[in-house]
Amino acid sequence: MDATPAYNDKVVRQFALATVIWGIVGMAVGVFIAAQLLWPALNFDVPWLTFSRLRPLHTNAVIFAFGGSALIGTSYYVVQRTCGTRLLSDKLTAFTFWGWQVVIVAAAITLPLGITQSKEYAELEWPIDILITLVWVSYAVVFFGTIMKRREKHIYVANWFYGAFIITIALLHVVNNLAIPVSLTKSYPVYSGAVDAMVQWWYGHNAVGFFLTAGFLGMMYYFVPKQAGRPIYSYRLSVVHFWALISVYMWAGPHHLHWTSLPEWVQSLGMVFSLILLAPSWGGMINGIMTLSGAWHKLRDDPIIRFLIVSLSFYGMSTFEGPMMSIKTVNALSHYTDWTIGHVHSGALGWVAFITIGSMYALIPKLWGREQMYSVKAIGAHFWVATIGVVLYIASMWIAGVMQGLMWRATNPDGTLTYSFVQSLQATYPYYAVRMFGGFLFLAGMLIMAWNVWMTIRPQERVATESAPEATA
Amino acid sequence: MSSFWHWYIIVLTLGNIAACYWLIRWTAKPRPGEASATETTGHVWDGDLSEYNQPMPRWWLWLFYITIVFGLIYLVLYPGLGRFDGVLNWSQYSAYQQEVKQMHERTASLYESYAAKPVPVLANDPEAMDTGRRLFANNCSVCHGSDGRGAKGFPNLADASWQYGGEPETLKQTITNGRNGVMPALGASLGQSKLEAVAAYVYSLNGRNAPQELVDRGKDVFMTQCVACHGADAKGNPQIGALNLTDDTWRYGGSLETIKETILNGRNGQMPAQKELLTPEQIHVLAAYVYQLSGQAGQRSASSE
Repeated sequence: MDATPAYNDKVVRQFALATVIWGIVGMAVGVFIAAQLLWPALNFDVPWLTFSRLRPLHTNAVIFAFGGSALIGTSYYVVQRTCGTRLLSDKLTAFTFWGWQVVIVAAAITLPLGITQSKEYAELEWPIDILITLVWVSYAVVFFGTIMKRREKHIYVANWFYGAFIITIALLHVVNNLAIPVSLTKSYPVYSGAVDAMVQWWYGHNAVGFFLTAGFLGMMYYFVPKQAGRPIYSYRLSVVHFWALISVYMWAGPHHLHWTSLPEWVQSLGMVFSLILLAPSWGGMINGIMTLSGAWHKLRDDPIIRFLIVSLSFYGMSTFEGPMMSIKTVNALSHYTDWTIGHVHSGALGWVAFITIGSMYALIPKLWGREQMYSVKAIGAHFWVATIGVVLYIASMWIAGVMQGLMWRATNPDGTLTYSFVQSLQATYPYYAVRMFGGFLFLAGMLIMAWNVWMTIRPQERVATESAPEATA
Repeated sequence: MSSFWHWYIIVLTLGNIAACYWLIRWTAKPRPGEASATETTGHVWDGDLSEYNQPMPRWWLWLFYITIVFGLIYLVLYPGLGRFDGVLNWSQYSAYQQEVKQMHERTASLYESYAAKPVPVLANDPEAMDTGRRLFANNCSVCHGSDGRGAKGFPNLADASWQYGGEPETLKQTITNGRNGVMPALGASLGQSKLEAVAAYVYSLNGRNAPQELVDRGKDVFMTQCVACHGADAKGNPQIGALNLTDDTWRYGGSLETIKETILNGRNGQMPAQKELLTPEQIHVLAAYVYQLSGQAGQRSASSE
């Protein structure tokens, strides 16, 4: 790199730490509510601790606090490196960090209080929604402003995905949260009935498509080739899968509303485009995994590469499972069962969390001017604990889900249902136990990470040889 | 759906699918002067990030084509393109009705044999009662409990006390058309003093002690305000679902506080009609099940076992 530009890495360090901390908080809440399914008394008859209020806290914390911090932080790191220029505005950048943290804290307070719009993954009430909009627009200004003043001619592929993620989330967030406030803590959506449901799941599925997929593909396109030290496998594959992915994802929402009062033509389009989405999704997986060709030994030697590549395998698995579950016949069995929960976590833990963890292990030593993480062995241990955790989680939820679906539809010769709902719940108990244990292992892995991160960045061993980023700033 | 939206949907849908196809074909084509598969494109970012330009894997392209072809075939067969219903003329509503019809056909002879027996006889038929228990679990247990013992506001069906009557025909009537038991709110018209008095009187009807002065005043109020539905002897009126207040069986609770609450705010008990959900034969079996649940067939079944 000629004429090293002074990058703004302070905000990246802040977001990196927020990622680890919110990851632990969000996953701990997840383990706690998994335990509540097993021992309902764990809500202690306190309304703030009931499953119904902590579940949205869990989803918001892991998606927006953990995932969001990881995405914004890495995008700031990547866009500076690949554009060869400093972030647009330090002030606005600082606002995006602190604004986002205020959003998270506001969510952590209001959701247990039961203040909610009752829209899945969009529970936060209108004052917080307005703050999110302000933060997000500032984020877009910083990101695209940095791209506009770039010193490289071509825009690197990671930035296409980060850019699509930023624009689309802005659109989704604003449209789905249009509401008429009646008080500071209560509003009503402007949509009603099936239209409201469709707008919600247009938002909901694209939150998966653009927040949890496109954004993390951006992360993948920087950290996989960087860590592997190999060129991206195929430029033309990235072109095809980028445009196909972002155009086709937009249609997939209705598969959340199969067999409902949503008009049939919408359901069909949702299913058809979900199936067509399979190849574009796999395009990203192929491009990531094949980048390692010629360096396969790194899979054995480098636990960070292991995190990154296994995340792509989980990505491939869940993007195969998703189109399959969108087929109406399969959906008739899988919908409303724990299969859906298993599918989501195969994506959320296997793909999103793994790619984030791998990227953080690659990123954090660089941010604090260290050679590598304090303990590479601990990264290896984290990998295995987390992998066993994910596998236990998704396998138990698969079995539980298929079992529930079969039990709910079983009929006797006299036409009555064979099982009551409570019987299916009772049969699920052992799988809830396995799921909780799997989740606990995943959380334990995050605690190993927290220790490792602390040992890496703790101040006393500060190496003075690297030019500390603040000094150049 | 107007013609505009009909065509809007079709153009957008097919346009996006066609664009995917065009995108693959256009990108797959080798360009003059482009780097060969083993060379990078020549761009470098952040010191060492570069890109090969390998051809797209053939199996992956085929996967893409197959999903596109499947999608197009599906949109010909099934509803999807605007107003077009698909050549199979399939809909989820007709599919549902078809399944229900098939199930009824399959179980028709069984239910006919049940329907041929009067309720008291059917109530002693163990096989029919197995079916009855399952029908009850599927349709009634959400409110009445899986053991039929009810809950606050939901009658206990396993005792001898009835709001509308426990005869076979009445049971069928209740299940078929539902019931709506309304106790009007009397708090405003009574005022606090009369409310306290009449509540004490109702409380005392079950052999419990209440201040005599209150009870005496309460009886006067009862005889003007409550007598029309609950009767002078307070034993109720099954014709209109007015409850017997002397049998220590309570729908909403018999504590003094709850009695006051009931008189103050009134009650609105809803038993939903099942005629749209269940066939007359199924209702016949359910009536027999509730009949034996309430002990009316008990003597016979106990002696036969």
